Amino acid sequence: MSARRPLPPLLDALVVPLASLVIAFAISGLVILAIGEDPVAAMKLMVEGALGSTYGWGYTLYYATNFMFTGLAVAVAFHAGLFNIGGEGQATLGGLGVALVCLMLPWPHWSVAFLAATVSAAAFGAAWAALPAWLQARRGSHIVITTIMFNFIAASLLNYLLSNVLRPAGSMDPASARFAEGLQLPRLGAVLEPLGIAFSDRTPANVTLFVAILAGVAVWALIWRTRIGYQIRAFGKSERAAVYAGISPVRVTIIAMLISGALAGMMAVNTVMGEAQRLLLNSVEGAGFIGIAVALMGRSHPAGVALAALLFGFLYQGGAELALWTKIPRELITVIQALVILFTGALDNMVRMPAEWLWARISGGRGR
Amino acid sequence: MTFMHKLASTAAALALTAGAALAEPALIFDLGGKFDKSFNEAAYEGAKRWAGETGGSYKEIEMQSEAQREQALRRLAESGANPVVMTGFAFGDVLNQVAPDFPGTKFAIIDMVVDQPNVRSVVFTEHEGSYLVGMMAAKASKTGTVGFIGGMDIPLIRRFGCGYAQGVKAVNPNAVIIQNMTGTTPAAWNDPVKGAELARSQKAQGADVIYAAAGGTGIGVLQAAADEGILSVGVDSNQNYMHPGKVLTSMLKRVDNAVYEAFKMGTDLQTGVQVMNLASGGVGYAMDDNNASLVSADMQAAVDAAAAEIIAGTRAVHDYMSDNSCPVN
Repeated sequence: MSARRPLPPLLDALVVPLASLVIAFAISGLVILAIGEDPVAAMKLMVEGALGSTYGWGYTLYYATNFMFTGLAVAVAFHAGLFNIGGEGQATLGGLGVALVCLMLPWPHWSVAFLAATVSAAAFGAAWAALPAWLQARRGSHIVITTIMFNFIAASLLNYLLSNVLRPAGSMDPASARFAEGLQLPRLGAVLEPLGIAFSDRTPANVTLFVAILAGVAVWALIWRTRIGYQIRAFGKSERAAVYAGISPVRVTIIAMLISGALAGMMAVNTVMGEAQRLLLNSVEGAGFIGIAVALMGRSHPAGVALAALLFGFLYQGGAELALWTKIPRELITVIQALVILFTGALDNMVRMPAEWLWARISGGRGR
Repeated sequence: MTFMHKLASTAAALALTAGAALAEPALIFDLGGKFDKSFNEAAYEGAKRWAGETGGSYKEIEMQSEAQREQALRRLAESGANPVVMTGFAFGDVLNQVAPDFPGTKFAIIDMVVDQPNVRSVVFTEHEGSYLVGMMAAKASKTGTVGFIGGMDIPLIRRFGCGYAQGVKAVNPNAVIIQNMTGTTPAAWNDPVKGAELARSQKAQGADVIYAAAGGTGIGVLQAAADEGILSVGVDSNQNYMHPGKVLTSMLKRVDNAVYEAFKMGTDLQTGVQVMNLASGGVGYAMDDNNASLVSADMQAAVDAAAAEIIAGTRAVHDYMSDNSCPVN
């Protein structure tokens, strides 16, 4: 009886996170009640604001696209047993890659620029992950520490470049010049129109969403259908067993981190080329860190990551609507987001253990 | 038929009045947050004053992320809010894109010039105000070393520092000015711990008056200066009250007046560039009971004389942003 009985997959993947979510929202409701606002009205506003119109969906999907990329980035590193906290810095560098491609060359069509920008963003992100990966693999410097440090270096580097190199003369805003007119990525409204789907055109959701979905499929294929994916998983499960099996830890560490960095970097295509049309100091907006929560909640599986990204997209957009139309202060919206992370990520076992116990009781008669 | 007509027109009238009721002004705070005791809070004070005097209500929103800028602007304009006032230069580019889409809405932006027919751009001559508090700092300093702590390292903050340095040197050409910036990211606007560290380090180097132009970070600077028994100079809002007798003065930047005036003009908001300088009372230094004992009559006379000369144009204060360089440092 003392041994924990694992839950069936469906319970594990759906019911436990949902229960955690319900608890998180219940406590958020209490907090909202405590500051004298109506939690039911607030919840309704969030749902309607984020999912009630194609306008809301547009923003939700825009944020979700960011989180999908960073979530996948963290997930790939997780499979190799590496904790990549550097998504923020890698995406920052990815943004630089996008901006350089868009600003330096005259592109004939957005689609060509889009491809080049995606490749460049991935390359810049991967390059930023390469050094921490090498330090981990060769020198044993812990990847958590080095990737965090690289976030700061990335922020400082970008700040230097934006205020001294890329900033147009006479502008105070530490941001690059606007990209050429034709480089605006088609928004979801324009993409869906030929299919007869009316979708709000004033939201930043754009074609990058489809790249994110493709990236999810690619990550699934990579991790579960390729030789290197097998090596990554084996290495992540047990480094010594992997070495015994002839897997090179240096190679796996570096490859996993390069893929992770590239995915994080690609996020910047969405924000820099899809939304702002110029490189801002803060184009990542913390998505690198949210990616950790998304990967945790999504159990490092691309499908789970996509769902978790959608949830956080909803929280971001719903939170924005709350901030716009109620007197609930923005700090509280952060509290709600934090509660969700806390319950779905850190306190996962709080729901899981009773659920396992309950499951053991229910299925106890049939079990051994 | 007529009844239906009547019903329809009543409904229309109702809808109209509802629309008119919605035409309330809106205020958007930048990432530093509403209660930074400095820049954004000054804007909030202005809005509060307007609401208190007119009994009107207004919408307000604090930014959480970059992507929200455009979203917030559009949503507020669509909801009928008019005028829409925003604090911070970071809105400049976004407003330039959004303003033409809402020709019927008036916008006001503080700290940035946006050249659109329906935008009022409010800019301040922070170098003039900083010059005055620089003079006071130099006169109050016994060590001949004074400090400056900026928030995020951007030209706007260097303009504060440059004006301050010129004021210090005008009083004491041999004075040493220690200048530090808190950081290179927007987080530098809200890092009181780092601000306090910088203040202590400047004190260790001999500074005995420190000017903080750093938004919420300045709270830490003022606290550390008070703890260490040296003087500080506040910024944007009057911060003298935060540590009575320990804050020499505050460089006032009347963001509150800018917001108040914009709200008061309402939908008739006058567009174009509005420069709030020493002459128009847009910048200045703060005097109240909390710092009366720190500012001698001689000090105040010298500063007031300099202010008069700046207004008259006989004393020039170099603007860092005019050529991105400072003649003294």
